[in-house]
Amino acid sequence: MRNFLWLICALHLNVFAAADNIHLDKAPININDAAALQRGARIFVNQCQTCHSLKYMRYDALAKGIKITDEEGKVLDEVVRQNLMFGETKLSSPMLTAMPALAAERWFGVVPPDLSLVARSRGVDWLYTYLRSYYVDSSKAWGVNNLVYDSSAMPHVLENWQGIYVKQGNKLVQAQPGSMSVAEFDAAMADLVNFLNYVSEPVQQQRKFIGVFVILFLSIFTIFAFLLKREYWKDIK
Amino acid sequence: MNKVLGEVVAWIDERYPISDFLKEHLSQYYAPKNFNFWYYFGALAMVVFANQLLTGIWLTMNYVPSAEQAFASVEYIMRDVNYGWLLRYMHSTGASFFFIVIYCHIFRGLLYGSYKKPRELVWLIGSSLFLLLMAEAFFGYLLPWGNMSFWGAQVITSLFGAVPFIGEWLVTFIRGDYNVSGVTLNRFFALHVVAVPLAIAGLVFMHILTLHNVGSNNPDGVDIKKHKDAQGKPLDGIAFHPYYTLKDLVALGVFFILFFSVVFFVPTVGGFFLEAPNFDPADALKTPEHIVPVWYMTPYYAILRAIPDKLMGVIAMFASVMLIFFMPWLDKSPVRSMRYRGPISRFMLVSFVISFFALGYLGVKEPTATRTLAARFFTVVYFAYFFLMPWYSRVDVTKTVPDRIRT
Repeated sequence: MRNFLWLICALHLNVFAAADNIHLDKAPININDAAALQRGARIFVNQCQTCHSLKYMRYDALAKGIKITDEEGKVLDEVVRQNLMFGETKLSSPMLTAMPALAAERWFGVVPPDLSLVARSRGVDWLYTYLRSYYVDSSKAWGVNNLVYDSSAMPHVLENWQGIYVKQGNKLVQAQPGSMSVAEFDAAMADLVNFLNYVSEPVQQQRKFIGVFVILFLSIFTIFAFLLKREYWKDIK
Repeated sequence: MNKVLGEVVAWIDERYPISDFLKEHLSQYYAPKNFNFWYYFGALAMVVFANQLLTGIWLTMNYVPSAEQAFASVEYIMRDVNYGWLLRYMHSTGASFFFIVIYCHIFRGLLYGSYKKPRELVWLIGSSLFLLLMAEAFFGYLLPWGNMSFWGAQVITSLFGAVPFIGEWLVTFIRGDYNVSGVTLNRFFALHVVAVPLAIAGLVFMHILTLHNVGSNNPDGVDIKKHKDAQGKPLDGIAFHPYYTLKDLVALGVFFILFFSVVFFVPTVGGFFLEAPNFDPADALKTPEHIVPVWYMTPYYAILRAIPDKLMGVIAMFASVMLIFFMPWLDKSPVRSMRYRGPISRFMLVSFVISFFALGYLGVKEPTATRTLAARFFTVVYFAYFFLMPWYSRVDVTKTVPDRIRT
């Protein structure tokens, strides 16, 4: 009974839950841009994979999907090994992180989540905005906070790229530039989000491609079914 | 080839009259000739059911029903199983389309009085099927073991805690644990893939047998069996096969175009068919911001939330579904079809449909003071349709029903 009451409270009081009235920027991504996906993959393996895994994505499937292949569509093993893989021996291994979960929990308070499906659970616009919404907040453990995700457990890993931002009212203002210009950083984050979107559902391009033919077939089928029906129904008054 | 087939049929006929059976239910089952748009949904429901069975069987081949592996096995199906993504999307889209089709099918019954004598038994079996479908959808929704699966099951099972005296025991009995857990997942899996589909298949068979015994209703609500020709064939009836099999085939083509457009181009339908929080694995320590059932359950969920008392809320929610069973006895009108009913009946049906959609919308949204007020208003409208029916169906004016189907 108590359990039930508690649940109903949880349901009804979620008005107090995290503000979802924050404006989300539209992520300028394009799943068909293989170069962008490859740049995103490079950012992920170099900046994110230290802590985050993509355990449902395999290196070889990824290489094929983002077109690290020769003219015949064969995966370029050496390129993949040298640029995307650090330590694993098999191309078919899933993209795990090197960080042990136990240690991660001690360091961050939570195990950094697997990001295979984050683009589906959070949405690409949320990710794109989140990655660009860190600001200095000395009251937090990492000295930073996030506009979109209050008290995020993730430190601002890309601060040396983006520079330091402070919060003025509801806006973030750059206090110290990073190694990238604002436009460069936005473009890098778009590539990263594009990549995560691909990883969240690697089949999405193929799905739409097949879909066109299925709908075409069904349209023709329906026309013939209709003509047949009309022929039979002629004698019904 | 035809000769061989003929011999095989003859061989079977000697042992069981299969040809007579097919004649009785297809080529010599006479259906009224004036079926309209609303009459497609029975056949479409059968097709969607077949889709759920077939894709379900193939999904089961790779799905692992355990708390540790369920979520990962679904992603395995999405990524590593050949065309596993297609099976999964056909199954998840099929679930939502099943409800669209069944809601249209039920609406047809309400519109043309298909529940009235002599079709009460058809209606009761159909209502049971609707109840089973909801159970099937609810059990199935836990299986991907996403966070919304977990919390949805948590909320719905906890509703049984409102039952006086035995509530708490009942909740534990249903879950098999003090919380929704791997034990719950396993039993929901058993119910979802064996028990409920078996019951549905059996009842569908009975639904059709009982229907074919009394004959189909029609948009005019007239009895076509009153006027037969010398051979005993109804004058306003046409053979189900080939006429309606072909007509349904066209409808099926159109339906498949819609269905596969969703499957291939928008399988999540913006979070309505597949909810975003369900792409996070189940986590007992992380409640999703808004726990919302899938769209087809939201009208009843809105009714639950609209009522301030929890036991009354649960009773109202179950009543809102169960009332459908009583239609044959609530409706006192001398005519079947809405075509020959008066303004009050029409107004009540329209306001019922509006309240159903409104409650569905309110069930998706988080409650605010205004929305709760609106939900209460539409809850009253929803129940008024049923509870006032014995009165308004009796006093409402009716037009004379023609003797035969108008052409």
